[in-house]
Amino acid sequence: MDVTLRVWRQPDSASEGGFVTYEANGVSADASFFEMLDMVNEELNDRGEEPIAFDSDCREGICGTCGVMIDGHPHGPQRGTATCQLHMRKFKDGDTIVIEPWRAEAFTVVRDLVVDRSPFDKIIQAGGYISVNVGAAPDAHDTLVPRPAAEASMDAASCIGCAACVAACPNGAANLFTAAKIAHLGLLPQGQPERYLRTVAMVETMEDYFGSCRNYGECETACPKSISIDVIAWMNRDYVAAQWKNFRKQGQQV
Amino acid sequence: MTTTTRRLDVNRRSGWRSWLGPFFTSDIGMKWMMALTGIGLVAYVLVHMIGNMKIYLGAEDLDHYAEALRTLLYPIVPETGVLWMFRFGLLAMFIIHMWSAIVLALRNRRARGKIRYTAKRQYLAANYANRTMLWGGVIIFLFLVYHIADLTLGLTNPDFVAGEVYNNVITSFQIWWVALIYIVAQIALAFHIYHGAWSVFQSLGLSNPRYDEWRRWLAVVFALALLIGNSSIPIAVQFGLLQVSG
Repeated sequence: MDVTLRVWRQPDSASEGGFVTYEANGVSADASFFEMLDMVNEELNDRGEEPIAFDSDCREGICGTCGVMIDGHPHGPQRGTATCQLHMRKFKDGDTIVIEPWRAEAFTVVRDLVVDRSPFDKIIQAGGYISVNVGAAPDAHDTLVPRPAAEASMDAASCIGCAACVAACPNGAANLFTAAKIAHLGLLPQGQPERYLRTVAMVETMEDYFGSCRNYGECETACPKSISIDVIAWMNRDYVAAQWKNFRKQGQQV
Repeated sequence: MTTTTRRLDVNRRSGWRSWLGPFFTSDIGMKWMMALTGIGLVAYVLVHMIGNMKIYLGAEDLDHYAEALRTLLYPIVPETGVLWMFRFGLLAMFIIHMWSAIVLALRNRRARGKIRYTAKRQYLAANYANRTMLWGGVIIFLFLVYHIADLTLGLTNPDFVAGEVYNNVITSFQIWWVALIYIVAQIALAFHIYHGAWSVFQSLGLSNPRYDEWRRWLAVVFALALLIGNSSIPIAVQFGLLQVSG
């Protein structure tokens, strides 16, 4: 199949970017989207031009490295998958495909389709961890985890941090990402000691970089892991509880 | 690599570590305020509509109802005391609701960035109602200014007689464009509530898979009830079903 690509090209974050049109001819319908881009890049390389830069790593939808806006869909028109799991059979012969990087004030374009997602790292640094004594692995039955909590936490933990939620959000909000990380730890017994400090720290860091939730639900449809916006409701509830508990504990903090 | 994004000025939190300070300046806290005031306002709109239905019982009933509101709990509190309490409460809720909407809208605009997508965004979940919350709110606000000028103060209504609620409503609604303004505003309100009544559960963190399906139905029924109930009055007047009395 033959497709026409309109790709965002930008040499670095300081330069102006723009769209460049490329023809991808004779692409197999069974090729993945990135294999198609790899073919285009091979041709560019042969012609001595700079290949299109895009992020990708595992190419099996688990690392969260990849992600581009394809025809106005984050990760492309297929629901519940990352860009690397998108195949050319989802497009028609002769289609024109517009490929853009994630757009948000917090994400700067590093080059072409690659954006700097380090604000996500800032959110994780603020509290997306638990503090434990390292040593021998604890016995599996040491800490009992209720089955529903384990399931809900696992659903949230499936977040791969690809930032499609921010890209999809008309407000540039990272609520789905942050809520998934907060719920992932806050639902489990291991996350309880730092729960309320974590919730406040992560929410406040998120708000330093991103917009607010207007309950559109776009993030949920864009998420390659189909994480439900129920986690955002959970975060909203936990944030209020956290502010209250931290207020009550003020005198006890060292 | 450092990021260029900085915290918005309006987003900067004071060092004052009370519960109210950081909570109500955060986005989530502002959404809470918006949700809580929204519940209050929508409860008022519902009571207002039920009261309006008295118009179908005739001039005497409606005027008596209006008078009763002015003298609510009269011997205990001064005349119109309760009425003014409600007015101040409503005003406060309006200011908080709009203030948080404006602050959040500015933050969101900033967070979204200057460069937009070139390909038309293919929205899958966002609908007309939730994408027009802000401008729908502006329409409702402008309507309210007109509504108060029209039927509370009587500024835009030449036949206005204080206390004769029934006749004031009908002389006003007999003008076709006034009736149209009211109906358009009710449609805007219905869209606003269609998203708001569903959204409130999300903002307050009250969503639950057990009743999530019913949230949508609640919003639809609520929005439709207000739309039909309130619009029925200008429509009835336009069709001559309600006439000026005495």
